[in-house]
This record gives sequence, C-alpha cells and structure tokens, in this order.
Amino acid sequence: MATASGGSEFVDKFPDEAAIIKASFLIAFVSLGIGAFFGLIQALHRTNVLRVIDSADYYTLLTGHGVLLAIVFTIFFLCGVFHWAVARSLDRPAESALFSWAWVGLMTTGTVLATVAILGGLVPNLGMSADVLFTFYAPLQAHPIFYIGLAMFIVGTWLSGADWFLSYRAWRQDHPDERIPLQTFMVLTTMIMWYISTLGVAVSVVFFLIPWSLGLIESVNPLLTRTLFWYFGHPIVYFWLMPAYLLWYTVLPKLAGGRLFSDPLARVVFLLFLLLSTPVGIHHQYLDPGIAEGFKFIAMTNTMFLLLPSLLTAFTVVASVEHGARQRGGEGYLRWLGALPWRDPAFTGMALAGAMFAAGGFSGMINAGMNINYLIHNTLWVPGHFHLTVGTAVALTMMAGSYWLVPQVTGTKLYSRPIGLLQVIMWFVGMVFMSNAMHRAGLAGIPRRTAEPQYQNFEFLTPIGSIFELRVQIALGGTLLFLSVVLFLFNILLTSLGEESDRPVDSYLPEPLSGPEGSPRILDNLAMWTGIAAVLVVLAYTLPLAGIIQNGGGLFGGGLPVPATVSAGFDLVMTTVTSAFNTLWGVVA
Amino acid sequence: MEIHAYEKLWLALALVLIVGFIGTITYGAAGAGIDMIDDKGGTVDPATLDQHPKFGDPGIERNGENSYDVYVVARQFVFEPGTTEPLRVPAGSTVTFHVTAADVIHGFEVVGTNANTMAIPGQVAEFTVEFGEPGEYGMLCNEYCGSGHHVMEGKIVVMEQDEFDSWYEQQQAQGEAEN
Repeated sequence: MATASGGSEFVDKFPDEAAIIKASFLIAFVSLGIGAFFGLIQALHRTNVLRVIDSADYYTLLTGHGVLLAIVFTIFFLCGVFHWAVARSLDRPAESALFSWAWVGLMTTGTVLATVAILGGLVPNLGMSADVLFTFYAPLQAHPIFYIGLAMFIVGTWLSGADWFLSYRAWRQDHPDERIPLQTFMVLTTMIMWYISTLGVAVSVVFFLIPWSLGLIESVNPLLTRTLFWYFGHPIVYFWLMPAYLLWYTVLPKLAGGRLFSDPLARVVFLLFLLLSTPVGIHHQYLDPGIAEGFKFIAMTNTMFLLLPSLLTAFTVVASVEHGARQRGGEGYLRWLGALPWRDPAFTGMALAGAMFAAGGFSGMINAGMNINYLIHNTLWVPGHFHLTVGTAVALTMMAGSYWLVPQVTGTKLYSRPIGLLQVIMWFVGMVFMSNAMHRAGLAGIPRRTAEPQYQNFEFLTPIGSIFELRVQIALGGTLLFLSVVLFLFNILLTSLGEESDRPVDSYLPEPLSGPEGSPRILDNLAMWTGIAAVLVVLAYTLPLAGIIQNGGGLFGGGLPVPATVSAGFDLVMTTVTSAFNTLWGVVA
Repeated sequence: MEIHAYEKLWLALALVLIVGFIGTITYGAAGAGIDMIDDKGGTVDPATLDQHPKFGDPGIERNGENSYDVYVVARQFVFEPGTTEPLRVPAGSTVTFHVTAADVIHGFEVVGTNANTMAIPGQVAEFTVEFGEPGEYGMLCNEYCGSGHHVMEGKIVVMEQDEFDSWYEQQQAQGEAEN
C-alpha cells in the first residue's frame, strides 16, 4: 500500500481524480455548514434559550439536519476518500472520468431534489414538505420529490461503487497474483456491504413509497417499510464508520509517526463488518409489535458479535499509535502518550474522535441490550449515542482527515494549523457537554425528536443534577459545535484559495508492521464473502419479513390481515433458503 | 494467519465480554422472566378501529381478581385514554396494556420506567405492568408523529383500590346507560 504516491503529489499524478474528490468534498462541506446551522437552531429552540422558529417548523429543520449531515455530508465525503484511496493504492486513474462525473452528478441532483422538498416545508404556499425526519417512517408522508431524490442519490452511490470495482478489475488484469492493496480492499468490502443493505431501502422507496406518495397505491404496510428501512438503517452506520476506519488504519498511524500494526487483522475487521452489519437491523425494532421475540433475540446475538470488529480495531489502532509514539522516543506504560504530535490537528482530531468512539461504543452496548433498551428506547439517550459515534467518531475524523487530504487534492498548504487544532478541540469539548447531557436526559425519560421537552402533566426527574443544568449543557455544546464547523469551513476555504505548493503535505504512507503476506489468501476472495453475507441476510430476514407481510395486511397493508396458510409461508422460506445455498455453493465450488 | 500474542489475548477477552453480554440478557429473559414486546398482541384493522370491540371504546377492563386489561389508541396527537382524561389503574394491580395506532406510527412511553413500546398502525403491542403504590406517572409519545408531536402526552393515575372501585363501577354504569 505504500510507495504508490511516493514521488509526485496526488493532484499532479491524478488530476481528474483530484477534481472528482474536490467536487465531492465541496458538496459535503456545504451540506455540513447548512446542517450544522440547523443543529444550532434546534439546540437553542429545544432548550428554550432562543426561539426563532415555530415548534411545528422544528421538524422541518430536524429533517434537514439529519439528511444533510447523516446522508449527504458523510456519504459525499466517503466518496471523496474512497476515490482517493482506490486511485492511490492501485496507483492508477479511474477507467473513465466521464463515468465518475456521472455519479457525482446523479448524487448531487438527488441531494438537491430532496433538500428542496424538505426546505419547501418552510414556505407553506409551495404545498411541498418532507418533515418526515431522516427515518421517513410511513404512513407519515413526504412530497414525492423527496423520495425520488433519495432514490437518485442511492443509485448514484451504486455507480460510484461500480467505478471502484472497474478500477480494481483493470488492476487485477495487470496484477493477477498480487494481494488486493489494503485501502482498495477496504473500499470494496464496504461497497459490497452497501450494495446488499441498500437493496432494502431501494425496494421500500421504489416499490412502496414513491407509488404511494404519487397516489398510485392506496396504502403501505407500516411495519414492512419500517423493517426495510432498518434493514438498511443499521448497515449505514458502518457505511459512515468505514471511511473513518480507513483513515484510522491507514493514515492515523503514519501521522502518529509510525505504521499500521497489522494488515491481516485490518482485513478481518472489514470482512466481519461485511458479514455482520446487515443481519442485525431488527435490533432497532426491539419495541415493535408484530415481530416475534425469537427474531429479536437472533438480531441481538448478531449485534453483540458485531462488537468484535470494533474491539479489534481499538486494539490495532491504539497499538499502531503507540508504536508511532515509541518511534518518536516515547517511553513508559502511558508516558508515550506525551510523545505524540498533539499540535497536528489531523492527528489530534482523529485521536479525540477515537476516544469519543469508545464512549459511544459503551452507550451502544446499552442500546443493543434487548432488555435495558426498554429504558432508553426513543429517548434523548439515542441522539446522545449517535452524536458520539457518527457525530464525533465519523464527523470529527472526516474534518481532521480533511486537514491532511484536502492539501493533497488542491496542491495547497493547510491555511492554519492552530485554527485547525482549536477547531477539533472545540468539537470535542462541545460534544462532551452535549452528548453527556443527552444521555442523562434520556435516562430521565426525556424523548428524542421533540420541539418541546417540557410537558404539561408531569415533570422529568434526574438522579443527579437538574433538568435546567442539562439544558444549559445542550445549548452550550450545540453552540460550540456550530462555531467549530464555522472555523473548519473557514480554514478549508482559505486552504483551497491558497498558493500552490510543491509539497503541500507529507503524503507518504508506510508499509504495515505485519504485511498482507501473513494472512490467508481466502481473505481476498470477495465473491465468497459476498455469498456468505447474502446467506446470513436470508437467514436473519426471511422469516420475520414473511411474518410481517402475512400478518400485517400483506405487502400494501390496508388493514385487514391477509388470510394466508402457514404452508405457503414455509414454501417461500424453503425456496429462498435453498436457492441462496445453491448460489453460495456455486460461488465456493 | 499471523496473530500477535497480545492480539490473541485481546481477541479472547473481547469474545468473553460478548458472550457475557448475551448471557446476562438471556438470563434476564429466561431466568428473571423479563417480557419483550413481540407479536402476541396480534393485528387489527386501523381503518375500522372505531368498530373494534375493544379499541372502539378504549379503556380499562377487569379480567381477574387483581388484574386488568387496558386498551390504548394513539392518534395524532392524543392518547385515548390518557390525554383528555387520565388513565386510571388501582394500586397493587397487574395491568396488561394493548396499544395500537390509528393513523401513523407513535411511541408510548411511561416516563422514567421501562414501560415503553412502539404503536404501529395494524399491530397491537401487548405488555404487562405491575403497579405498586398510588401515584401519578406521565406518559408521552416518543416517536415523531407529525407537527403536533410535542403536545402528545397523557397521565396515568394509580389510585387506592376502593377509590378505584367506585370510579370503575360508575364507569360501568355509565357505559350501560349509554348502550
């Protein structure tokens, strides 16, 4: 993975790719700015500090916040990073720049359509709205443009994956016996996971929600569309996380002054995410009626095993960083921490993001616990959790990574390291205030997704501290986070406007301590892993989906349970399982 | 495959942790008998909820010595019963809730407790709660259900048994008079 970009800079070597990456980053950062602004308004509104909108409009801004940050910012940034990682690690440009621009264009069009539908809610005369939040659970309905925009965006991501698979295929023809370079391996496994999981949301949007919002079908089965959403809604968590992991595994060790500890383990981790991330979505539905306890239990068991790749990552990344510190002269059990390059915002941002991810991982274990989940389901605890994971582990890594990546695609030096350092620390501090207060508020029973946390009939009680104090923390945290985004955008804008430099950043990535030769070749057999992932999905989902369709009023809901015989259901299951096994057998044999 | 010694140790500890988590939850479900929301509540037609024998006129119903069934309908932006009038139960009773939604997906959360479920049109969530001392609980919708979501709340009043009994008899009498 190393020497690829040893000599000339990325932007000189791959000008077309650099342009694609710049365009992806640009859209990601514009979305980040708008989404963060909405976040600020919400934090102040909810805590009653400053109210500039109606409580009914709160949900429009909340939808904008969720979609622009959790979908547009993260995924456009991912596309930029992955495009960079594939070109760099395969050391070749994409097969067709036109094709690359096609997916950028399609994703951008989808983004614009969905955003117009959402913001239309603020202009009542338009008769257009999409205040259905990031999860768009039917039968709450959005304007058809919202669903059409989402569908175009998803198809765009499929094309981006195709772009990277085409690069890989071309590389494979020239290098028949080599191991897949690590970064490309990470991109390809992530995209396979994405193809498998987006099928669920694509079916939901294309076959149910679009026809229904256009009035072509009367009703939908709410539990079915919700289950299809979560079939995609948990793997997307790993789709957010994988670009951060890619940076932690391949860039962070270098920034720390060392190298990745183990390439084989990194491959195992990405494969585990491919296999385990999709069959677990039902753990978001522990409290849903209509799904048997046994299926929930299976999802829970899988979820717990999904902790494994993250725990392995914690080990490998910390070991790599420690190795870097010792290369720089660090010593002792913990004193080596002092030898790390804490003045470098790219390093410090990623390190703080990793530390926050550990905390987010613990609250995630509570979410995953089938029984304790009942205490915190749909309370403010949940946004507290994902503001640590996607909002910090992912977003802060992306911002910190930008300080190292953006100079490579613009050819200019970072405008200000001190501002960058202040920015990442501000994000960390803001999130400490906001997320700890959200977790605690959730324990007191304060719900998520509401414009008015104060209710008429009762008061919330906290074991420690007061509700007032929690509100102050959320408002303060939200304000710091917004200011942090402003600093980030300012720094990146001035960086891109700067003078070109011969060597804007040290872009060399060293070889891992344990290289890929230490791992079995079967790890590179992507077709086989895809087959296994598909079988696991079939096993986890066939029976629950059959039950939901049979008992919940058929494919389109409409109320009355459809009289269906049990044997028909079993036939369906048997046929699906057998054909999946046959497919797998075909792949393996 | 090359795995370093400390990696092996870490891997083993991680697996122990995971199996431990699964073990505690399994024990909670099997040993302590913590009940999960599942498909035992059955299904219902959300379009004709008004004609349903139970959800048509939702409320509390005695089904045994000290046990009751409570039917709750969640709709934009009220709980029936709960919002316009409190949901009343006697202290020391066992109450089985049956919760469904009439229009969109809602949440049903008894604040500060683990009595919490999704209310999904067409599905009935069934769960049992034991009420101890007299007192009051807030309840709220914790799944976004539209522009008035934040006003969707209600109250559960846990009453002394004799107080409850006279209220309950009065209710029954009224119901019969109306029929």
